[in-house]
Amino acid sequence: MAESITDDRPRVRGRVVVAFVLTRLGGALFVLWAVATLTFFALRLIPGDPALAILGGPGSQASPEALEAVRREYGLDQPLFVQYLTQLWRLMMGDLGRSYSLNMDVAPLVGVQLGGTMQLAFLSLALAWLLALGLATWSTRGGKIARSIGSGLEIVAAALPHFWLATVLILLFSIWLGVLPPISTPGIAGLVLPVLTLAIPLAGFLGQVMRESLLTALESPFVLSARARGESERGVRLVHAIRHAALPAISLSGWAFGSLISGAVVVETIFARPGLGRTLLNAVTERDVPVVVGVVMIVAVVYILMTLLTDVASRLADPRLRAA
Amino acid sequence: MSDIEIQAGLGRASGGQSSHPEQRPQRAAGRPGVVEIISALFGLFLVVSALVPTLLAPGDPLGIDPLAAFTPPSAGHWFGTDESGRDIYTRVVHGTGSSLVIGIVATAIGLGLGILLGTAAGMLGRVVDFTVNRFLEVLFAFPGLLLALLFILIYGPGVATATVAVGLSTAPGYARIIRGQLISVRSSSFVEAATVQGLPRWRILVRHILPNTLAPLLVLGTLGIGQAIVWASALSYLGLGAAPPAPEWGAMLSAGRTYITSAWWMSFFPGLFIVLTAVCATTIGRSIERRMRHA
Amino acid sequence: MTAALEVKNLTVGFGGRPGQDPVVQDVSFEVAAGECLAIVGESGSGKSVTARSLLGLAGAHSWVQADAVSITGQSVLGLPESAWRRRRGRDVGLILQDALVSLDPLRPIGREIGDSLRLHTKLSAADRTRRVLELLDSVGLPDGASRIRQRSGQLSGGQRQRALIASAIALDPPLLIADEPTTALDVTVQAQVLELLAEIKRRGNAIVLISHDLAVVSRIADRVAVMSAGRIIETGPTAEVLQNPQHPLTRAMLAAVPVDKPRRTQLSAVPVATIAPRSTVPDGLSVDDYPVRPVVLEASELRRSFRRPDGSRLVAVDDVSFRLHRAETLGLVGESGSGKTTTARLALALETPDAGEVRIFGEPWSAVQEKARRRLRGSVGAIYQDALGSFDPRLTVGDILRHALRAPAGGTTERGGSGHLSTESSQLLDQVGLPSGVLSRRPVDLSGGQRQRVGIARALASRPRILICDEPVSALDVTVQAQVLDLLDELQQELSLSLLFISHDLGVIGHMSDRVAVMKDGRIVETGATADVFADPRHPYTQQLLEAVPRFPQRSR
Repeated sequence: MAESITDDRPRVRGRVVVAFVLTRLGGALFVLWAVATLTFFALRLIPGDPALAILGGPGSQASPEALEAVRREYGLDQPLFVQYLTQLWRLMMGDLGRSYSLNMDVAPLVGVQLGGTMQLAFLSLALAWLLALGLATWSTRGGKIARSIGSGLEIVAAALPHFWLATVLILLFSIWLGVLPPISTPGIAGLVLPVLTLAIPLAGFLGQVMRESLLTALESPFVLSARARGESERGVRLVHAIRHAALPAISLSGWAFGSLISGAVVVETIFARPGLGRTLLNAVTERDVPVVVGVVMIVAVVYILMTLLTDVASRLADPRLRAA
Repeated sequence: MSDIEIQAGLGRASGGQSSHPEQRPQRAAGRPGVVEIISALFGLFLVVSALVPTLLAPGDPLGIDPLAAFTPPSAGHWFGTDESGRDIYTRVVHGTGSSLVIGIVATAIGLGLGILLGTAAGMLGRVVDFTVNRFLEVLFAFPGLLLALLFILIYGPGVATATVAVGLSTAPGYARIIRGQLISVRSSSFVEAATVQGLPRWRILVRHILPNTLAPLLVLGTLGIGQAIVWASALSYLGLGAAPPAPEWGAMLSAGRTYITSAWWMSFFPGLFIVLTAVCATTIGRSIERRMRHA
Repeated sequence: MTAALEVKNLTVGFGGRPGQDPVVQDVSFEVAAGECLAIVGESGSGKSVTARSLLGLAGAHSWVQADAVSITGQSVLGLPESAWRRRRGRDVGLILQDALVSLDPLRPIGREIGDSLRLHTKLSAADRTRRVLELLDSVGLPDGASRIRQRSGQLSGGQRQRALIASAIALDPPLLIADEPTTALDVTVQAQVLELLAEIKRRGNAIVLISHDLAVVSRIADRVAVMSAGRIIETGPTAEVLQNPQHPLTRAMLAAVPVDKPRRTQLSAVPVATIAPRSTVPDGLSVDDYPVRPVVLEASELRRSFRRPDGSRLVAVDDVSFRLHRAETLGLVGESGSGKTTTARLALALETPDAGEVRIFGEPWSAVQEKARRRLRGSVGAIYQDALGSFDPRLTVGDILRHALRAPAGGTTERGGSGHLSTESSQLLDQVGLPSGVLSRRPVDLSGGQRQRVGIARALASRPRILICDEPVSALDVTVQAQVLDLLDELQQELSLSLLFISHDLGVIGHMSDRVAVMKDGRIVETGATADVFADPRHPYTQQLLEAVPRFPQRSR
C-alpha cells in the first residue's frame, strides 16, 4: 500500500500553500471573466431591441429619435465587440451599468441588497449546520428506530420546497399561533421564519451526509482503539466522530451557500424581505438586463469566495487533504 | 439542485472499484420495508393520476362553482375548494400529469446534457476534459435557480421554458457525476484486465465502461425527478412557469398565496403533493440503489 | 501467582438468542504475566471476536457467555459498561492492525497516546505531555517533541504501529491484546515491531497475540492456541505445537507455510484437481535445461517515473532488466514502494516505459502501438492480487469466462456456438479445480480462493505462454494460498508456462521461483538462482530481508 507522508519542512509547506492559493485565485478570476462573457453574449439572444426595452417595451411607441438617443447613451450603437470590451472594463472598475427600469446605477442598488441576503444566508447556514449535526448525532446514538426516524426526517426535510415550507410556517406561527410576523420586519422576530425556511431543507441534505460519515467513523478501527483505551460513548462522539462527520459538511458549505442564495429568491419574495433574490426576480420579470447581470456577477463573486473559503477550511480541518 | 445533492442521496452506489458490494456491508436488500411499500403505492397513485386522472377524480379540474367557493376540507371536497369553488383534490390529481411530465422532461434534458458533457470530458482526452471542466466550473458559479432565471430572462416565462430551464440548471451536476464515474470505471482494474485480454478500446468502452457508468443513472434520474418537480413548481410559484388557472401544483400554490389567511388548504394540499412526490422519488431511488449494490 | 488473564468456556455470538449459533465456542485459556499466548487461525475462525470479547467490545448485537473471564484475578464477566470503561486502557490494552486507520487520522498522535492518561489519571496536561514523550521514546520513536503534533497520515507504517503501541501501553496495562499487529507491514518493519512486543513482554506484561501467521507468532509466543471454526483445536507450548502438531488442521496450516519449502513440494493437503489439458498443449521442455531455454520475455533497462502532487518526479522503476525463460518462474520480490507492481504493469504493457524496452518472443512489445500488441495479447495472461476488482461487477463467472474465450486473443477462434463456449468454460473451471456450478454465480458470492481460481481460469482462456502474477496470493489465508500456489505450479508444469511472479513475501517467492530478482527503490539489487540467493545473499538489503523473514524454529522431520 502506498503511503503518503507529508513533507513537513516549513519552506516546502509554505510554497505548496502559496501555490495552492495562487492557482485557486487564478481559477476564480477566470471563472469571473467567463461568467461575465457568458452573460454578456447570452443576453444578446434576447429577441427585440434593447433600446425599446429601456423605453418601456414594445407598447411604449417610442419615437425613432428617442430610440437613437437611448442607443447612444447606453453604447448600443457601437459594434458588439466594443460593447463587450466596454462592459468588461466597466465591470473591472466596479461599474455595473444603469438599471433600465429603476433609472439608477446598478452597483449601489445591488450593494444595498447584498447585506440582507448575506445575513439571511449565513444565519441559515449556521442553523442548518446545528440542526443537521444534532439530528445526525441523535439518530446514530439510539437503536434502529431512531435511525429510521432520523433518516426519514432528513429525506422529508430535503424534499420540502421553500415556498411551501414558508407557507406552512406562516400558517403555523403567524396565523394560528400569532407569535411571529408573516412578513419580514426589521429585528430578530422577522428573521426567524425566513431563516427556518432556508435552513430546514438544507439541514436535511447536510444531515444525510453527516450521518453517513458519522456512521463510517463510528465503525472504523480508530474508534475501536479509542474505546479500548476506555473512552466513553460520549467521548467517542465528541472527540472523534463529530470531526469526521463535520468534514464533508464543511466541504459542502460552499455549495450550500449557493443554494441558499438561490433559495433567497423565493424566501425574500414570500416574506417581502429586501435582498438580492427579490431584486433579481423583479429584474427578471421586468427584463431589466443590467440589474440581472449585476446580481449574477455579485452572486458569482460571493459564491466563488465561499468555495475558496470552504476549500481552505477543509484543508485546515483535514490534514489528509494537505498531503494530496 | 446539484451533483452534491444527488450524491448525498446516491451514497456510493456508483460502480467502479471502491464500491464493490463486498466492501460496504449494508442492510440486506431482501424484503421491501414499510416505507418502500408505501412509496411504491404512492408512486402507483401518481402514475394512475397522470395517465387516467378521471379514474381517481371524475370531476372537472376547471369547473367553477362560485357558490361553493372557499369550502374547507370536507367529505364532499376532501381538500376543500378555491376562490372559484373548484375542487382542490380534483385539481391536484389532474395536475399530477403535467407536474410529472415537467419533472421527467427536465430530468431527461439535464441527464442528456450531463451525459454528453460528462462522457466528452471523461473520454475525449485531456484537452476536452480540461475545457469541459472549466465550462462546468463557470456554470456552477450560477448556483441553483440562477441559471434557470437567466434562461427565462432570455426566452420569457412559460411551462416549456421553465422545464428547459430546470433541465439546464441540473445538467452541470449530472455532468460532473458522470465524468467522475466514468473516470473511476475507466481506471478500474477490470477494465485493465480487459485490455490485457486484448479487447479493442471501443469494445471495452461498449462492454464494460459504459454499462458500469450508466447503471447508476437510473438512481440519479429517479432522485432527480423529485427535485426537478420541486424546482419547476418553484418557478411556477414565482410566476415564471405554468400560470393559473392551469392545475399545476406550483401554480395552484401561487394562486393560494393571496388567500393564505382565510383558505390555508388552497396552498397546503398542492404543496403536500409536491413534498410527497419528492419523498417518494427519493425513497424509490434509494431502494433501487440498494438493490443494485446487492445484485 | 494469579494469571494475568483467565478464560473458561467463553462462547460468543451475534444476534439471535444467547447460546444460538455461536461464532466462538467454549474457548478456554490462561496467560501469565510476562507470557505471550498466540491465538492463531484463518479468517473467520473467531480469533478476533475472542480478542474483542476480552475488552468487552465484542460488538453490536453480540452476546457473551463464559464460566469465567478474569483479568489480573478479578472477574470481568457481566461487567456493566461503566466498569468496563474504567478497566479498558488501564488493565487491558488493545493494539490493532494497520494504525493508519487505528489512530484517528484527524488528531495528533500525541493526543491519541495521551488519551488513556486523560481518561484514567489526574495528570496535568504538561505531565501528560511529558509521559507521552517518554512513551514515544520507549517504543523507539525518537524526536518525540515534533512527533506528537503529527497525525497518523504523516508517519510511515512502522512509525504508526509504534505510536499505536505507545497508546496501548500508556498506563502499562498488565494485559495487552494485539490483533494482527504486524500484518500490513513490510517484513523488515514487521521484525522490528515484533521485537518491540517481545521487549514489552520481557517487562512483565502479558500479551495475547492474535495472528493468522504461524511463523510470526513463533518469534515471540510462549504458547500457541490454534482456532478453527470458533473453537480452540490445539494448544501447547509454541515449539511443541510447531514441531509436533496433533490436530490435522494444524498440520495442514503448518504444511501450507511456504517458507523454506523447496520448489515443487506440494503445500496443500487436499490434492489439486486433476488437470485436464485442453486440445493443444505446447510442446514440453524438460525442467533442467533452462539456461538454454528460449527467452519469452525480455525487459531491458526499463525506466518509469511519475509526477508527484508537488511536481517533483518519483522514479518508480529505474534501469530494470531481466529475462524470463520458457517454463521458468522468475520471482520478483520487494517491499512496498519498491517498484515491483510498476514493473508488472510495464511487462503487461499497461504502462509505457520512459526508457528501455520490453520484448516478448523476441518481438517488440512495449515499443509498438496497442493495436499491434493485440495479436500477442493472448500469449500474456495476468493474475491480480484483488481478483474481485478485476472482474466486471455485472458479470457472472460464466460471462467472465465466455468473454475471455471470445476475446480477440481468446482461445476460441472459430465462431463456435454458445454450447461450445460453455463446454470450454467448464473445462477451464475444471482445470483450476472449480465445479461448473460456479458458472452461474457472481464473483462477489465466492470465497477469496475461489475468486483467485476464477482469475486464473480467465487468464488461461487465451492459452497464454506467459503469466504475470502480481501478488496473486497476498489476500488469501495460508491454506488457501497453499492451494493456489500448488495449482499455479501444476499448471506451469502441465502447460510449460513462464511465470513472472511478484510478491512481497520471501517465503512464497522462495518456494515458487527458479530464479529471483530483489527490488529496492525501483532497482533490481540482486538476481540469481533462487537457491543461491537464499543460501548466500550478496547484497546487504537481501541479507536484511532474509534475516527478517519469520521462520519456524529448526525442527526435525
